[in-house]
Amino acid sequence: MSAKIILEKRHNASPMMRYLSPLLAIGLTVIAGGLIFLAMGQPPLKALYLYFIDPLTSIWSLQELVVKASPLILIGCGLAVAFRANIWNIGAEGQLLIGALFGSSIPILFGDWQSPLALVCMLLLGALGGALFGAIPALLKNRFRVNEILTSLMLVYVAQLLLDWMVRGPWRDPHGYNFPKSVSFEGWHQLPIIIGNGRVHMGIILVILAVVILYWMMTKTIKGFEIRVIGGAPRAGAFAGFSQTRMVWFCLLLSGALAGLAGIIEVAGPVGQLQPSISPNYGFTAIIVAFLGRLNSIGVMMAGLLLAVSYLGGEGVQIELGISDKTTHVFQGMLLFFILMCDTLIYYRLRLLSSMPKLTQGGSLP
Amino acid sequence: MECKIVSLHSTHEPPLLEVKNLVKQFGNLTANDHINLHIQGSRIHALLGENGAGKSTLVKMVYGALQPTSGEILWQGERVIVDSPARARELGIGMVFQHFSLFEALTVAENISLALPANLREGNLEQRISELSHDYGLTLQPDALVADLSVGQRQRIEIVRCLLQQPRLLIMDEPTAVLTPQEAQSLFTTLQRLTSEGCAVLYISHRLEEVKQICHGATILRHGKIVASVDPQIETAASLAQMMVGAEVHAVSHGTVAASGQPLIIAEQFSQAADTPFGVDLKAVNLQVRAGEILAIAGVAGNGQSELFAALSGEQTNNKPQAINMCGQACGHLGITQRRRIGAAFIPEERMGHSAVANFSLSDNIILSRHSLRDNHDQQSLVGRSGTINYTLARDINMHIGKVYDVRKGQPDPEAGSLSGGNLQKFVMGRELDRRPKVLVVNQPTWGVDAGAAALIRQALIDLARSGSALIVISQDLDEIFELADQIAVISRGYLSPAQPAQSLSAEQIGLLMAGAHETSTQAQTL
Repeated sequence: MSAKIILEKRHNASPMMRYLSPLLAIGLTVIAGGLIFLAMGQPPLKALYLYFIDPLTSIWSLQELVVKASPLILIGCGLAVAFRANIWNIGAEGQLLIGALFGSSIPILFGDWQSPLALVCMLLLGALGGALFGAIPALLKNRFRVNEILTSLMLVYVAQLLLDWMVRGPWRDPHGYNFPKSVSFEGWHQLPIIIGNGRVHMGIILVILAVVILYWMMTKTIKGFEIRVIGGAPRAGAFAGFSQTRMVWFCLLLSGALAGLAGIIEVAGPVGQLQPSISPNYGFTAIIVAFLGRLNSIGVMMAGLLLAVSYLGGEGVQIELGISDKTTHVFQGMLLFFILMCDTLIYYRLRLLSSMPKLTQGGSLP
Repeated sequence: MECKIVSLHSTHEPPLLEVKNLVKQFGNLTANDHINLHIQGSRIHALLGENGAGKSTLVKMVYGALQPTSGEILWQGERVIVDSPARARELGIGMVFQHFSLFEALTVAENISLALPANLREGNLEQRISELSHDYGLTLQPDALVADLSVGQRQRIEIVRCLLQQPRLLIMDEPTAVLTPQEAQSLFTTLQRLTSEGCAVLYISHRLEEVKQICHGATILRHGKIVASVDPQIETAASLAQMMVGAEVHAVSHGTVAASGQPLIIAEQFSQAADTPFGVDLKAVNLQVRAGEILAIAGVAGNGQSELFAALSGEQTNNKPQAINMCGQACGHLGITQRRRIGAAFIPEERMGHSAVANFSLSDNIILSRHSLRDNHDQQSLVGRSGTINYTLARDINMHIGKVYDVRKGQPDPEAGSLSGGNLQKFVMGRELDRRPKVLVVNQPTWGVDAGAAALIRQALIDLARSGSALIVISQDLDEIFELADQIAVISRGYLSPAQPAQSLSAEQIGLLMAGAHETSTQAQTL
């Protein structure tokens, strides 16, 4: 007897479960992670402690947590807005890199211009670069109906190669012993540190600002209303007079600008110069952040902090137990898998269908 | 078929379906209050009631889509728990819903195959479909694309899908709402064939004449309770309607036709190509509606009504400003929001997902069409200068509309999706009529709405016209058209016939126009 499993829509999905789903996913990730550590011959409880708890026990690592969470939250809350409108920008990583390139043009080309205005210009250029790079999938979608998932994703590789070429070629530091790096950013080309001599920089203020503004936009303004209508019922959006085309522009430009801003904040903050790798896939991890945060910017802020732990924890277990820091990717992947699984099972139930003929016992077709 | 065997049994068998003291509560609202119902094989049993009377709740419990709060369901004398539609189908209960869920890009056979359990999918399904559909007079080509089929043909797919599972009881939710008179007649033939084989039909409809024509028994629900079980053959349509609404249904009063005023809606030689492969091109449409007048546009579904509505509302704009003129302003190029600002209002056919968002509250749905307008009572605006939404005002407007247009709901501001079809339509009507628009375009104003609500809606439309507005009513219901119209035009394959005074047209003449009699002359004009 063969059997198959089908998904059947639930008639009344619990609204509370929608908010519990991230917590369930985190729990399942911890359990699965423990099993993986066990299989690798590591003490699972110690490894889990090092991974999830240890990063929260010292001032240094808490500061580091904020530094790592900043780009995730900034990108994540932009993506949350786009995803709400059913516009799938998967290329935030590319928009981040282009933003970093645009913003870095000030310190690299105008190294002598030292003024707070220079820093403001860098940030603005960063956002502009990200927005312009996000405009490409928007144009292709509106003009030729090309799926933005594919174009935005493929443009990430274009951005990575462009950055690589720039730091090895035109923008390489002439006094840098041929290392593929730009000049180091100094003075007003760097974000000021706000806590003593730690690592937390001014960028965190922009992050908090973005979270608050987007939360206000989504809940209190007609723009947020428009986004929810277009995402939830496109024909009702047309009836309300909202333009799908303009919405595509708005969402890709906004999420692109925030990713670009995150990019310039990274190079003008913790990294300090352009180099071939400036982001440990923040742009992709932010997709997890957006979903884990229920596409809501307050939720995104909490999810961003959690995903930042996964980066620090990965480094932690590498140092303490000698496990590859690829663990970070494993944990992030499991988290996304479990959150999507929980969401699916909240809206659908699994049903086992056996192929034993049950219905036809009583009669047969004439 | 199995049904044949049943009909051989003697009549003192227990009823096929018996419902005992069935209660369903949603919060404080009792949607079904101690319902008792018997259904025998070989009979068509009608379930009548206003929208919100509890008909859908009752059949959903029988079909396993809802669970009763208390009471029991007996199937052939045995107590059963129908915990899912799959269980209902196992028992032999099939249901044809009002809204079909078909994939347009797939063929008839593919669509049927997708919805069948694996054991019924085996063998030569296409052949079984054509045999079955031939047997029951439901002409269907198994390899036809659903996108190319009319609504009536699509409904046949749903019926054949049910019949393949050999139901003993077939539930039909307003099956004729979307059919032409001819299609409805052929559906009745099929139903009679089914009952002659022992199958029972539970039939929900608002069309009292057809209930009288085909049903053997009728149960009437009001406010969740059974008010009468009658033999529809000996009742009149008026007495049935009276039991449904609990009061005399007021005949719609026309009032005095105002001397025709300024033309408020004009379309001149308006043409527009469809933007989807399945759409209908509009060809050289001419129309003119004066203040105080109602122009009714008749036609069989799928002949360009949705396209005409989109063009008139501005959901689809035209690059020629002069193609459409409203309130004296050229507006072919203007979007729907700008047309609303010059005093127009629009009500689409589909309530869920078009004129309302199902999972938004009613007050949020107020914002949907009124976000760029001033409230006419105190000139307040729903959206402030900084783009912030005035939710308090939206809730106030919702309460006001709820009262004036008798929107029945379990709580003050529920999600739109929780309202019954008729109540949601009253809400949507109220939202637009409350603005006292100078121009109103409405598509199928009383589609799937009960007699009481339909009379209320039609009266409101006539009152609006008599107060000096110009109305276009697109409808497939000829009774409704004759009740409302001052002028009648017919749309067929994207052509609109010249409008004629309602008194000068008979149902037969309109039938001829629906079949396309005017097209040749319109084509000649465009050449």
